Amino acid sequence: MTTEPLSFELSRPAVDPPRLPDAEVAGPAPSDVLPREALRSRAPGLPRLSEPESMRHFSRLASMNYSISENFYPLGSCTMKYNPVLNEQAAALPGFASLHPYQDEDTVQGALELMWRLEQALCAIVGVDRVTLQPAAGAHGEWTALRMIAAFHHSREEKRTEVLVPDSAHGTNPASAALSGFRVVEVRSGPDGRISLADLESKLSPQTAALMLTNPNTLGLFEREILDIAEMVHATGALLYYDGANLNAFMGICRPGDMGFDAVHMNLHKTFTTPHGGGGPGAGPVGVKADLVPFLPTPTVERTNGHLTLDHRRPKSIGRVRSFYGNFGMLVRAYTYILAMGGDGLGQASQDAVLSANYLRKLVETDLEMPHQGPCMHEFVASAHNLHDTGVRALDIAKALLDRHFYAPTVYFPLVVSEAIMVEPTETESKATLDSFARAIKEIVGQARTDPQGLHDEPKNLPVGRLDEVAAARKINAWLQGQAEDPVLRWKGPLDGGPKEPG
Amino acid sequence: MPYLVHSPEDRTAMFEIIGARSMDELLVDIPRSLRLEALQLPDGLSEMETMRQVTALAGRNRVFPDRLTFRGGGVYRRFIPAAVAAVTSKPEFYTAYTPYQAEASQGTLQAIFEYQTLIAELTALDVSNASLYDGATAVAEAAMMAYVHTGRNEVLVAGYVHPEYVQVLRAFGEGRGIKVRRGDQPNKKTAAVIFQQPDFLGLLVDARGLTQAAHDAGALAIACVDPISLSILAPPGEYSADIAAGEGQQLGLSPSFGGPHVGFIACKRELVRKLPGRLVGTAYDAQGRRGFTLALAAREQHIRREKATSNICTNHSLCALAAAVYLTYMGPYGLRHVAEVSFKRAHALAERLAALPGWELAFPERQFFNEFPVRAPKAPALVRKLARKGILGGLEVSRWFRELKGVLTFTCTEVNDAHALDELMEALKA
Amino acid sequence: MAERRYTKTHEWVTVDGKHATIGITDFAQAQLGDVVFLELPTAGRKLAERETFGVIESVKAASDLYSPVAGRISSVNEKLASQPELINSDPYGEGWILKLELSGDAPSDLLDEAGYKKVTEAAAG
Repeated sequence: MTTEPLSFELSRPAVDPPRLPDAEVAGPAPSDVLPREALRSRAPGLPRLSEPESMRHFSRLASMNYSISENFYPLGSCTMKYNPVLNEQAAALPGFASLHPYQDEDTVQGALELMWRLEQALCAIVGVDRVTLQPAAGAHGEWTALRMIAAFHHSREEKRTEVLVPDSAHGTNPASAALSGFRVVEVRSGPDGRISLADLESKLSPQTAALMLTNPNTLGLFEREILDIAEMVHATGALLYYDGANLNAFMGICRPGDMGFDAVHMNLHKTFTTPHGGGGPGAGPVGVKADLVPFLPTPTVERTNGHLTLDHRRPKSIGRVRSFYGNFGMLVRAYTYILAMGGDGLGQASQDAVLSANYLRKLVETDLEMPHQGPCMHEFVASAHNLHDTGVRALDIAKALLDRHFYAPTVYFPLVVSEAIMVEPTETESKATLDSFARAIKEIVGQARTDPQGLHDEPKNLPVGRLDEVAAARKINAWLQGQAEDPVLRWKGPLDGGPKEPG
Repeated sequence: MPYLVHSPEDRTAMFEIIGARSMDELLVDIPRSLRLEALQLPDGLSEMETMRQVTALAGRNRVFPDRLTFRGGGVYRRFIPAAVAAVTSKPEFYTAYTPYQAEASQGTLQAIFEYQTLIAELTALDVSNASLYDGATAVAEAAMMAYVHTGRNEVLVAGYVHPEYVQVLRAFGEGRGIKVRRGDQPNKKTAAVIFQQPDFLGLLVDARGLTQAAHDAGALAIACVDPISLSILAPPGEYSADIAAGEGQQLGLSPSFGGPHVGFIACKRELVRKLPGRLVGTAYDAQGRRGFTLALAAREQHIRREKATSNICTNHSLCALAAAVYLTYMGPYGLRHVAEVSFKRAHALAERLAALPGWELAFPERQFFNEFPVRAPKAPALVRKLARKGILGGLEVSRWFRELKGVLTFTCTEVNDAHALDELMEALKA
Repeated sequence: MAERRYTKTHEWVTVDGKHATIGITDFAQAQLGDVVFLELPTAGRKLAERETFGVIESVKAASDLYSPVAGRISSVNEKLASQPELINSDPYGEGWILKLELSGDAPSDLLDEAGYKKVTEAAAG
């Protein structure tokens, strides 16, 4: 396989622009009426390619990607499962895709009904009273929930400035807390991989606004003492926030709302199969218990006698967290998935996810170190620490898997496990796939003992080998300090002959 | 059951290998009192039944034809080349994960790198990130950058910036203790002056003057811009604005009731380390082959945690890909052509509307691009009348701005052909 | 040559009269990996003891830098802007980071070689 030139490098000034309709009306051209200083002085350096050339270009790029449609993605905490093609068909229906967000409510009753039904379904799945569908992604949802928690304490005239975050948490948790104006206090994990109650006790104070927790935690372990944790947190007047990254573990098995969580975010692009898109768009709805309902972002969707409205008048609301009503197209996909699966299917999905994780864990437990005792929930964290003496690291295993047509597991996360390899198989990978993945792990671990250098050189069968990120980073920083010409973060060069006016 | 792969035999075999007899043994850590019997949701449906229900919901929405849509306000009907969907619907793109493993993600990475270059070229700024959620959060993130860069805690919103963007800015600002004030007179406390070009009503603002005023006060200038207009209007880099932010929906994305679309943000070199979100850069392998990889990641939440420039993780990569395909298809002169057609049609329509009895341009002394405000008699009834005739008429902006009672903004793009303009005029006269 | 002292956050300091030189330890540079960037203050700024004065970054990690002593910055190692790798290759020599004029005595709770070694052994687990 070879690399593909950039569209800018393929650009040729002789290429005509696409055929487009003319104005067909008598109106002034911009240069006729606008002052010179309002006009662009030089055409933007966009590439000039014919349609056949650009289609081939993007098709070649597509062929350089791994994707869940072709490869197993054992990415821990990412829940990469099959994206039903039906979802795509649903979202593309003109009745959804062609709706303008500022149409009159009477003309979008179906869209509002879908949002309302999705909200009801999510309430039932996580055990909360209301859900806002506005946040665009998980981190956006976390931040939205923390804004509501801040508003809640503020409304009670309490000044609570700290948010507790376990050391095993996703980086978005502390970042969201900080952007919401809180000081982040880290809570340690105990040797069993679960949150240390003693440490939690010592960190809880009248300043604590909330504890952010995911359960099962990022090690794939269920926090057995969740009810005690909830009681401790609530006893100090703080709230409990649920990071929904790991929701795929327990649909129909248990609910964060029942565990005592006051706010819950969900990633529709994980549990509810909206495609990941190479890094988004996703959607990060947030569910809340009654105490937090007044603070939900505006607008909310309300239903009275079968008629749906958008409620913008919510005096205690934290306001708006994004334009319009959220990533509606993603909401259509998630709703379609929930309809197709139903309560019975979602429950079975979670059970199969847990079964698959425990099965795969069993298959590889003799090859890799298992720092914590099982059973696990929907994912497990192994460690490559046992290969330390061979010089082979988690990263080498990740890269060697790429050469064997598997995407790599999440490595070096959570931070509390050294040489972490975090595996989440999901319910949509067959036993045969799990078996072959385990065989690949065994083979790689075997090779670590006999030919570690071979592993350091992988991947060999992909469009590029390991990239020198250090050199790239140093070049970028040199450019940022005015000591180099190449910005590295964008292409910069003369378009062939420069952009020429069309003939 | 749909989308599940294990057969009962598989499950039995797997339990056997694990050495567990049942699910309950795997779920021992969950307190008994928390266990559910079942979800309170209906059972699943066949594909046919699912689609029937979803289609019925879609059928309860009114779809206005593209050519008869004259409503904008931040989301616009535009011609979307078939190439866009053909590329974004490739499963290699839409079902791929965030490109953390560069070697197996070169397609996504190179496409983002091209997108970054395209946005940097359009805005005439040094560096664009890999995308944000939408125009509103892009403006809010830009304000956060200014706050961190200047150490000042007030941002100024000048003129008619999209009201929802300002609402989002306030919500973001509240978390960090940033005051949002309306006005165009920056002072020593001002971190940034934020303006929209063209503004929410479609009018052109004095971008150069506002930028100069910001710089004179030691503040940054944040330009919220319409990407299509940048093929004709002076881009932020040409008038020295520090950050450009905006909504990229017009670059190949359908309205979809407001999302998903794509927020873009680009800035000058000295601000790059404060840019939120992912960045892709070039790097080389041991054989000297050029590849692409995530760069400057140490600014981001997964490494910097509470000290990160932003909490953003998942962004709008696939929408950025759509924008890249769109801009590559159009090229510099295709883009300028659609912008010019939009401009001409909007100006032709403005003249015809202003000539109607009782109608007038709301700001006759101001220039506009392809969206404009007109004062119309009985605006609400009028819009309803148009809807009955299948036309999505102007947007009533008084719901956000009380002083603009009776003002409607109309938008024209390349999809509103000459006959569509005639139909609109006839419907109004009838 | 003044004796090197250490902090638990992996900075080192040497004090010669009123002049202090600070950097990060060999252990710290090894943990970070290849250093690609340092965000440093300018000379003249006053630092309190334990104050954060900058950030050091590798590709996969970032860490705040703390001043082990209080004082005014007299010079910043300009070479690090273009050669951050000096931190890796010579952390106690050419990879020094700041020089300060002490505003008081150096704190007494700084670690000596043996004390710091215990810290790193515990961290390496």
